[in-house]
Amino acid sequence: MAIYLTKESKVLVQGMTGGEGMKHTRRMLAAGTDVVGGVNPRKAGQTVDFDDRAVPVFGSVREGIEATGADVTVVFVPPAFAKAAVAEAADAGIGLAVVITEGIPVHDSVAFTTYAKTKGTRIIGPNCPGLITPGQSNAGIIPADITKPGRIGLVSKSGTLTYQLMYELRDIGFSTCVGIGGDPVVGTTHIDCLVAFEADPDTELVVLIGEIGGDAEERAAAYIREHVTKPVVGYIAGFTAPEGKTMGHAGAIVSGSSGTAQAKKEALEAVGVRVGGTPTETAQLVVAALEAEA
Amino acid sequence: MDLYEHQARQLFEDHGILVPRAEVTDSSKEAREIARRLGGRVVVKAQVKTGGRGKAGGVKLATDPAAAELTARQILGMDIKGHTVGKVMLAQPVDIESEFYVSYVLDRAAGRFLAIASAEGGMEIEEVAATRPEAVARIPIDPAEGVAAAKAAHIADTAGLPPQTVDVLVRLWEVLTREDAVLVEVNPLVRTTQGQILALDGKVTLDDNARFRQARWGEQKSAHDDPLEAAAATKGLNYVKLDGEVGIIGNGAGLVMSTLDVVAGCGARPANFLDIGGGASAQIMADGLSVILSDPAVKSVFVNVFGGITACDAVADGIVQALETVQLTKPLVVRLDGNNAVRGRAILDGRAHPLVQQATTMDGAARRAAELANAG
Repeated sequence: MAIYLTKESKVLVQGMTGGEGMKHTRRMLAAGTDVVGGVNPRKAGQTVDFDDRAVPVFGSVREGIEATGADVTVVFVPPAFAKAAVAEAADAGIGLAVVITEGIPVHDSVAFTTYAKTKGTRIIGPNCPGLITPGQSNAGIIPADITKPGRIGLVSKSGTLTYQLMYELRDIGFSTCVGIGGDPVVGTTHIDCLVAFEADPDTELVVLIGEIGGDAEERAAAYIREHVTKPVVGYIAGFTAPEGKTMGHAGAIVSGSSGTAQAKKEALEAVGVRVGGTPTETAQLVVAALEAEA
Repeated sequence: MDLYEHQARQLFEDHGILVPRAEVTDSSKEAREIARRLGGRVVVKAQVKTGGRGKAGGVKLATDPAAAELTARQILGMDIKGHTVGKVMLAQPVDIESEFYVSYVLDRAAGRFLAIASAEGGMEIEEVAATRPEAVARIPIDPAEGVAAAKAAHIADTAGLPPQTVDVLVRLWEVLTREDAVLVEVNPLVRTTQGQILALDGKVTLDDNARFRQARWGEQKSAHDDPLEAAAATKGLNYVKLDGEVGIIGNGAGLVMSTLDVVAGCGARPANFLDIGGGASAQIMADGLSVILSDPAVKSVFVNVFGGITACDAVADGIVQALETVQLTKPLVVRLDGNNAVRGRAILDGRAHPLVQQATTMDGAARRAAELANAG
């Protein structure tokens, strides 16, 4: 099962012929992802050889879907073209668009996330590492060899913290890991992933990683209280971040007294989520929670 | 990127919103000349990117050019909440009949912009919202429709603003979208006794991600008051100066934030945030180390890398090469984990630099870096 992405997913790559697109398409294929095509109007009709596999390039997302039945697209196009690329994918009726691109203007993200909703397209990202269902498929840039299939679901604003937790818990394994991205506006939230993990029979426990900025974690806490029966273990980064400074991710900023790590931790703990003080301690809490379940 | 008031005022004016006549200067002598040009009586306003200027004595009325010079001299160089006043704006005073509040802010949870408006302007909107929430209208904006006259009329009507503000609301939306701002706020928006609607004070935050399509920002780099942040910015490093003793280098914003927290949990304070991203080349490592080592407060440095896409042996090579160009003056604790960690650790062991030590876990490395900082 897993969430959003399985071995049946047929994946297009928008921006496949660029440097990052080539590098990561190769990695996705190596991880078993069924990459069925790239999209680039200037290279339509060509094929790109990745080791033992020739991947066709289509002139548009629509052509790619018609030819292959693709239901997922991974977007690597530069920030200036991301809005048009996502709108094109949504217009073509793609089910899931994973937007890896970092540095997209907020007005563009607001426009394409809102538009995609009207078309029934789920957006993950932007400014995210994508998602992986270990052993099945990998859509994005998460390293596929850290861990194996298992029963933990993970949702995170941060890429490297995702990798760190995947590594700490590599012997237990993961159903799906979703990097939702560090921008102020993202298409898929912690709550969306909680909904999906709660319904996923392969997921026994959810790791929720948050960071300073906004109130997505507080909202997730309120959702957990009402709707989540599976154990959730949390980790929040940014306790030492000063007010008013953007900490790497465009969305990671404490504004006045809002968006602090402390408030997020307290909100999660108030609904029974155990929150680790360090990534390692968080992994230990996961192990303990799974043992308690058994 | 937050703008100064005078820059926000300029953007408002560019988009046809009425603003008081004003000029900006860093010299008290020139302030006298400006006051003369503006008719003698002026408001002298400190240009700092923080609220509460008035209470801190950063906004004062001067009755004539000589008083303007004296007031400017008092305000220039003043410290307001840690911000040194480098410039003052001198503005023509206006006769206020009533004050309003209008802004467009990003509603992160909804993924949309929100119009916030109130007939009770002049004070902190958070205070109004906390004490009298019914006095503050919050109206979501559909990005495909934006704010045209009908929407603006709806906002004004809901907030109880006079109909003359409709035009300002439309123009302010233009400022937000055409200038790629993520926040525009006018507080107060005033109606003068002559019936004009004027933006008396404002705040604009521009979206750094939109720099590629905003040619006019070219020279206008994000201002870095801190010299280390300025030095890091010229090298393209993602660096934030903090108040502690343990220099931090890591890959990925989330992991670096986490590293700061873990160091703080070990009883030391992080000296900075520095995310070297996925690449971690020798050049970036050398640039990062040189900025951190030039911080006199730093007593130890913690390099925390999880090899995901990046292989740890490449990171170790980067560190070894960086040590050729950067004179290491403080102990360096390195934690490499993930992809090719064993090879990476072996490379650093092989280099055997007397000031470089390794730890295999993030928590262990943080403890060591904290101990070294506290001992130094």
